[in-house]
Amino acid sequence: MSMGILYDATMCIGCKQCEQACATENGLPYDDKIAEQNVTSAYKYTTVLTKDDKFMRKLCMNCDDPACASVCPVGALKKTSLGPVTYDKHKCMGCRYCMAACPFGVPKYEWDKAIPGVRKCIMCAPRLAQGKPTACAEICPTGATKFGDRDELLKEARKRIQDNPDKYLPHIYGETEVGGTSVLLMSSLDFTKFGYREDLTQRALPMYTYQVLSRIPDFVPLFGVMLGGVYWITHRREEVAEAEGHSADKHNNKGGAQ
Amino acid sequence: MTVPESRLTFRFTFWKAIFLFIMAAGVYATCVRFRFGLGASTNLSDQFPWGLWIGFDVMCGVMLAAGGFTLTAAVEIFNIKRWHSIVRPTILTAFMGYLLVCAALMYDLGLPWNIWHPLIMRNPHSVMFEVAWCVMLYTTVLALEFSPIVFERLGWTRALKAVRSVMIVLVILGVILSTLHQSSLGTLYMIMPNKLHPFWWSPLLPVLFFISAIAVGLAMIIFESSMSSKYFGRELELPILRDMGRVLAVVLAFYGILRFEDLYHRGVLPLVFVPGYEQRFFLLEIFLSVLIPLALLMFPKVRENAQGLYLVAVLTLLGFVTNRLNVTITGVENAVGARYAPKWTEVAITAMFVALGFAIFGLAARYLPIFPEVKARAPVLPKLEGARAELAVPVHAGD
Repeated sequence: MSMGILYDATMCIGCKQCEQACATENGLPYDDKIAEQNVTSAYKYTTVLTKDDKFMRKLCMNCDDPACASVCPVGALKKTSLGPVTYDKHKCMGCRYCMAACPFGVPKYEWDKAIPGVRKCIMCAPRLAQGKPTACAEICPTGATKFGDRDELLKEARKRIQDNPDKYLPHIYGETEVGGTSVLLMSSLDFTKFGYREDLTQRALPMYTYQVLSRIPDFVPLFGVMLGGVYWITHRREEVAEAEGHSADKHNNKGGAQ
Repeated sequence: MTVPESRLTFRFTFWKAIFLFIMAAGVYATCVRFRFGLGASTNLSDQFPWGLWIGFDVMCGVMLAAGGFTLTAAVEIFNIKRWHSIVRPTILTAFMGYLLVCAALMYDLGLPWNIWHPLIMRNPHSVMFEVAWCVMLYTTVLALEFSPIVFERLGWTRALKAVRSVMIVLVILGVILSTLHQSSLGTLYMIMPNKLHPFWWSPLLPVLFFISAIAVGLAMIIFESSMSSKYFGRELELPILRDMGRVLAVVLAFYGILRFEDLYHRGVLPLVFVPGYEQRFFLLEIFLSVLIPLALLMFPKVRENAQGLYLVAVLTLLGFVTNRLNVTITGVENAVGARYAPKWTEVAITAMFVALGFAIFGLAARYLPIFPEVKARAPVLPKLEGARAELAVPVHAGD
């Protein structure tokens, strides 16, 4: 069963208690100054944005088939069966390919540290393992952030749109974006106003690279045989030429066939 | 060679001063990097996790070292004997290039002491995993391809014989590994279809990277031979460079047409005529890497002439360096909503590696049997004086 988060912006009151709960859960500092920051960073994994009196959360989308986990050369980032995309600093070598590859620009880096790591929302993976909801969903006073089975949440989201078509945009963000994400967003205001791109591919991003990578095991022996063959032919031609020249000389000198 | 002693001394001191200045800046920047971290030493950010060190030191470093596999394939596999005499300096360039890439990577990695992790932690879905293995294996192959030069100098005949006996296997392995990771540096960006500008994002990225690596390999051979002839008084191998120029023309034409077809089929061609930030860098790249060199090579006067070939090579190199920087930097700037320009410390470290490249090449050319002509007149270290003449075997990677 894959879990998910459904964020319904129309129910959000912008209290930012999710930000505070997230900071507490992840052992990060939180005060009024940090509350004012409207971007996520290595020290703030989620933020509530305000635009035209409407709200929108930013957090890791925890993709179903995440680009970050696919590109990580050492498998430090992993998509777990429960839904969260987790990170293991002990494996990480700091190449930051995850940051370059993420279509949402989620993974952040501890640039100020001499021994840095990648930081992002991991959908409270330790809490989920204990059967608890994410900290942000648990604290949410209005139910705007709701935790549950992703399929169930998706059904509920569709029903909300069906029941109140005037209230919502007819788009559940994360349903199909980059192949689907564990976090689903609903809004009455254009997602692009909050920096969510509407032009993302519906394909799972890892397929773009895997369609090339998966051919390598076939390519290597074929190319090897080809190169070996070229070597054999180019050098054989030479041997033949040499041998022919040699026997021709003999023929001339001795006047007898070999 | 009757160059006045004083002139030689002056030139040496002048370049030495510049070299020392670059090295001092590089060492200082190194301290900043490892004491205070990437934030203090770079202009990288959460929007821009990859900058000059990945864009130039790694992407361009690997590309500029592509002459190694191109030439060994031509000489050892395709048996083009007349190019034998330039195999050694080309392998030296490639080996040094990869060593510098590995060293530069240690600066860019956030946790460089974990660089060995791909050895035991595998993710076969990751292009970076594949690149890591290929670069590691290919650097080993290059070390072995380079080893006969050292063994010869040291007089280790048995080691020399042993390496030579497996040389063709090494060469084939090297060509395969190079083909894989030269193209994979392009594949790295295939996972960013919504991030990289359509001028550069293409399903053909791996193919384009591979073909451009061959073009750069050829241009680098011309560049390196011209420089060697200028600074080591080595006779210029003009007939070989003319061959290289012709092959370069064919490769550039092939690349140019493929690039055009790719842009056409993806419907990106109209964008080429719309003024814009990316468009300017795209045009700069295309003119430098393909159009101008190709146009110049159409003139027999240029492609038969040492200066002409040198000019074409330099333009091609600049053009494809622009291409790699466009892919890593220009092409993603608008998508991530940030501009990137390197900090002085980033430039200092890149400059240090470039300077080291020239210095190591110079030292190796002086003290190792890289060029047959130089061997006779090189001011050899006292201890190594009296180079074992009986070991002066034909100059090429192996066989």
